[in-house]
Amino acid sequence: MSVSGITRASRAHPGFVAALIHRLSGLALAIFLPLHFLSLGLALETESFAGFVAWTNQPLVKVSEALMVSALAVHFAGGLRLLAVEFFGLTRALSLWIALAFAFGLGVGVLFLMRAF
Amino acid sequence: MSPSERVLKVDIWRGESQGHYQSFEVPERENQTVLDVVSYIQRHLDAALAYRFACRVGVCGSCAMTVNGRPRWTCRTHVSRVTGGGKLTIAPLKNLPVIRDLVTDMTPFFEKWRDARGRFVPGDGPRDEMAEVSPDSPQRAAASAAIECINCGICYAACDVVSWRDDYLGPAALNRAWAAYNDARDGDRPGILQAMSRHSGCHNCHTHHSCAEHCPVALNPTFSIAALKRATLKAKLRGELSR
Amino acid sequence: MTPLSYLLQRGTAMFMAPLIIIHLIVIIMAVQGGLSAEEILARTRGSIVWGSFYGVFVFAAAIHAGIGVQTVLREWTPLGRLASANIGHTLITILWVLGARAVYAVVWA
Repeated sequence: MSVSGITRASRAHPGFVAALIHRLSGLALAIFLPLHFLSLGLALETESFAGFVAWTNQPLVKVSEALMVSALAVHFAGGLRLLAVEFFGLTRALSLWIALAFAFGLGVGVLFLMRAF
Repeated sequence: MSPSERVLKVDIWRGESQGHYQSFEVPERENQTVLDVVSYIQRHLDAALAYRFACRVGVCGSCAMTVNGRPRWTCRTHVSRVTGGGKLTIAPLKNLPVIRDLVTDMTPFFEKWRDARGRFVPGDGPRDEMAEVSPDSPQRAAASAAIECINCGICYAACDVVSWRDDYLGPAALNRAWAAYNDARDGDRPGILQAMSRHSGCHNCHTHHSCAEHCPVALNPTFSIAALKRATLKAKLRGELSR
Repeated sequence: MTPLSYLLQRGTAMFMAPLIIIHLIVIIMAVQGGLSAEEILARTRGSIVWGSFYGVFVFAAAIHAGIGVQTVLREWTPLGRLASANIGHTLITILWVLGARAVYAVVWA
């Protein structure tokens, strides 16, 4: 897919934007997941795991963590929108509000509670 | 053209899938549609321009083209509504082979219509009574909601999944399959669900709603496809589907 | 996408919905006062509950991610149906293995 295709005028509507965010956040999570499992696997040696967790205590890593958690929240919200339309036959307007509400609420709540700011 | 007349700058696609945009200047009028503009160019400026239209009043769907990036019926698109800054760009519908200039080959569109089993299959034989279909029945209401499609191809041109996979049946064909599935007289409704369950079928829809966003008759193929997803899922869980 | 992969995709999504809420809550609690290996392991080590929770979570997440990546490859790259399916299935297997190892590492090691 060409990157320029994303900005095609026929795609300038909320449904496409929501789907794009859902897909990109999903890709980010799919890339993150094996790394997450590998780092947790370090717990086979408690010292290595402790060393790793200590290493995560730096700004760049903390920001990435916050972004991944947001990606999870956003992907979850988009998924709820899909399930609302596909399984409950909700209209597209209503489903978008659901996604927005959840994404906003989850995202802000999570970032705040994680003390990212 | 008198010097006091305002002029519209129009870029029109010339060629086939490889081609270029050619610029024209067309006198601007009040209450001018994009179809008026294209017709003016073909009649007064370049007789070789190829384009399609028929009814010119928004009931046949023949004049669908890409106007400033969006698929629209050109006979129902007023120039004043779409030109920001006096510029109009007109191209053939996306996702279809181009025969020439603004004319697309609708064959793949109709082949998919056929492949989605959107046609009526009669029952076993002549019946003793007429089939009774109550207009109030949920099935008939579902069919009515999806039935007004005139095959203009706009949803197909707008569909992002169609642009990403050329085997996907697309919104129009699937919307028709849903309407057909709700025809209580159809003799092979399970066959429709089978057709939906192929690799090209309804489960490829990602619920973007690009189709519903652009349909000039306000149909919602995404809604129909979601219903087909539920119907195929039920059939699958009952072991009625072969895949 | 076939009805089967669709069923698996949406099914794992619905199954994981409550697990994700719990996971987000656990994450937020875990980062309060800084992330610590001892805190994490103190919660998970020897816990059948957390072992089961993360075990089924990994199982479902691997399937969901694999089918998702398969779809993106099919639609956004020149790869065909079989190639993208093979890569998708490979990813599911890799995630199952790495995920099971991770659960073992934090619960039983």
